[in-house]
Amino acid sequence: MSRRALDRVQERFGGQILETNDYLGDESITVAAGDLPQVLEFLRDDPQCDFKLLLDVVGVDYPDRPQRFDVVYNLRSLDQGQRIRVKTRVAEGEAVPTASGLWHNANWHEREVYDLFGVEFSGHPDLRRILCHHEFEGHALRKDYPIEKGQMCYTVEKLLPEEAVLPGRETRHEGHWNAEGGWEGAPGVALADEIHSDYLPVNIGPSHPATHGALRIEALLDGETIVRSEAEIGYLHRCFEKEAEDHTWHQIIPYTDRLNYVSALTNNVGYVLAVEKMLQLEVPERTRAIRVIVSEMGRIMDHLVCTGTNLVDIGALTNYWYTWNAREYLYDVVERLCGERLTTSYTRIGGLYRDLYEGFEDDLRGALKKVEQGVQDMMALVQRNRILMDRTVGVGVISAEEAVRWGYTGPCLRASGVAYDVRKAMPYSGYENYDFDIPVGENGDAYDRIMVRIEEIYQSISIIRQALDTLPGGPVQADDRRVVFPPKDEVYNSIEGMMNHFKLVFEGIRVPKGEGYGFIEAANGELGFYAVSDGSGRPYRVKVRPPCFPIFASFTTLIQGSMVPDAIAILGGLNIVAGELDR
Amino acid sequence: MGVSLDSPSNYITTSLRHAINWGRKYSLWPMPFGTACCAIEFMGAVGAMSDISRFGAEAVRFSPRQSDLLLVAGTISYKQAPILKLIYEQMVEPKWVISMGVCASSGGFYNNYGTLQGIDRIIPVDFYVAGCPPTPENLLNALVKLQQKVDEEGLEAVKERHRVQKSA
Repeated sequence: MSRRALDRVQERFGGQILETNDYLGDESITVAAGDLPQVLEFLRDDPQCDFKLLLDVVGVDYPDRPQRFDVVYNLRSLDQGQRIRVKTRVAEGEAVPTASGLWHNANWHEREVYDLFGVEFSGHPDLRRILCHHEFEGHALRKDYPIEKGQMCYTVEKLLPEEAVLPGRETRHEGHWNAEGGWEGAPGVALADEIHSDYLPVNIGPSHPATHGALRIEALLDGETIVRSEAEIGYLHRCFEKEAEDHTWHQIIPYTDRLNYVSALTNNVGYVLAVEKMLQLEVPERTRAIRVIVSEMGRIMDHLVCTGTNLVDIGALTNYWYTWNAREYLYDVVERLCGERLTTSYTRIGGLYRDLYEGFEDDLRGALKKVEQGVQDMMALVQRNRILMDRTVGVGVISAEEAVRWGYTGPCLRASGVAYDVRKAMPYSGYENYDFDIPVGENGDAYDRIMVRIEEIYQSISIIRQALDTLPGGPVQADDRRVVFPPKDEVYNSIEGMMNHFKLVFEGIRVPKGEGYGFIEAANGELGFYAVSDGSGRPYRVKVRPPCFPIFASFTTLIQGSMVPDAIAILGGLNIVAGELDR
Repeated sequence: MGVSLDSPSNYITTSLRHAINWGRKYSLWPMPFGTACCAIEFMGAVGAMSDISRFGAEAVRFSPRQSDLLLVAGTISYKQAPILKLIYEQMVEPKWVISMGVCASSGGFYNNYGTLQGIDRIIPVDFYVAGCPPTPENLLNALVKLQQKVDEEGLEAVKERHRVQKSA
């Protein structure tokens, strides 16, 4: 099915396609930087290609090549169910034409490539740093930038330009700011104008209870209405990708815990699936089923936190105790399973850290009952609650089309009515064997986002129960000594076993040369790992596709024209987890 | 401390230091500077199972001017550092700092270009809590330790704090 796009592109562009590749079933094409806009536009608009979703823009640095940088656009077609990777190569100082006119979220993705690699994008509306601070010098993900070279930051950047904070004459309610910073829309009279006052710039975050410690928004207020805002991220940029290049493939697993730390189990699964794809490694049936169970546990925990904190942010504190108690019951099971409550590191490449403990099934079934009870209690309080509905219905609405253009995935996309779920679209780990529904919303507002998450909790509980019912026996490690440690008695009693263990620990797994993109449905959307291996024991490049990155990119547009309290209600429902956003 | 139950108006005699410290230690108002995973465990500590209010520290205030305990929970990046320093300086004396988790204490396993290698490079710290992230019990342990420290603080130390702030 997915060959079609590759053929279509070749038919249309012929000699302009420099290279095609379908290693591991991931189609990829390489084009010259100058041809990039028309190829991308064709891929997006051609009905048989239909790549409406831009997943990610990745930079890769090859210092030895004359054209030093790869810039990779990962695309996904929702209707045709296919993926493609469009690559271009540029030298230092050479610019890539921007794709921000085609997909809204390309703006931030390209800023990230600019920040970390120094690749220029011509025609980009706002090419500034995004993850590193504004006093940072150099480009951190270049191979010649030493990982430990930290740079102090002494000042805080101003986000809104001075001229924006003018009396209201130039700004009006019925319209929006365009990408160039100009005003589009019908004239009207701003409140600030009526009372002869200025707009009020307000800084929200990063130390603000609703911004979860690591987001910053500078909003320009007319009374209580936000007329313009700028968002900044990067306050929790912990350099996951640089760390990944500095570690062996196995050592990265603990770092994946701390991406979306609310559902670490799901991240663990996503990462090892990507590496196993590159190794072309099959894991036992039991492992696959256990991975489904733990990823669904992660999803439930994530949704509980998201819903609970969202409700707290809009004043419904009681629900926090319900959701948090439910989460604590799951924590108990997780802690018994892997020794940690939050940062689990439960999976291994080729298997799991260890098999389920005795009594796991009873514990989990008991915990799920309590989770169900907790969610029901909470729903009794909020589902038809007048105050909640007033605060969330019709607030932060995003249409299906716009959501796709912003690169939304996961519950936020489904709340807008698009039934895209990786578990159904491209099942992994045996999701095709379980019977579950994909809840979708109608209006794409904050209320729908809460309700979709709640329904997903019930679906996840059902998946876990099915998986527990049909849990197969057998080992949990793949039988492949290139990857999996030998049993302890072999390590201690035979020279081959000891050497095998030594090599795996000190040199790491040798992943074949090449690149792969592994993806799963994480709690907040499609979590992708794009990895490049040079055949050594360490990855050459690992790029995470964080689901909330494009979602937060749309935030300033979502809150345009709404009130400050609405912005808080919207932000909670988007479930922005800073560890994943900033990596 | 002397307690008298005989007289019609019951009274307690104690030193001023004890009385002040007794009030302080059981009403620490934390300002959670939560940035990352540790903040989730802090929320666990506030939750019903661990219930931080048993120790009188449940009045969580997100305004530094209303709090006396800065709880740095999570990784502090260089980008975040000037903000943390500003928040600390906005708190009035007496104030205490708990560094929750290894990232805040030393950078943890993030020894890289973006992560501040311990908040004690920019602000003073009273207690470091180990763990990645620490369990709620571990955090509560630090809180109890801090209460002991507050209890032992002499009035001179309290005066000293004010003096330092004035001259700064």
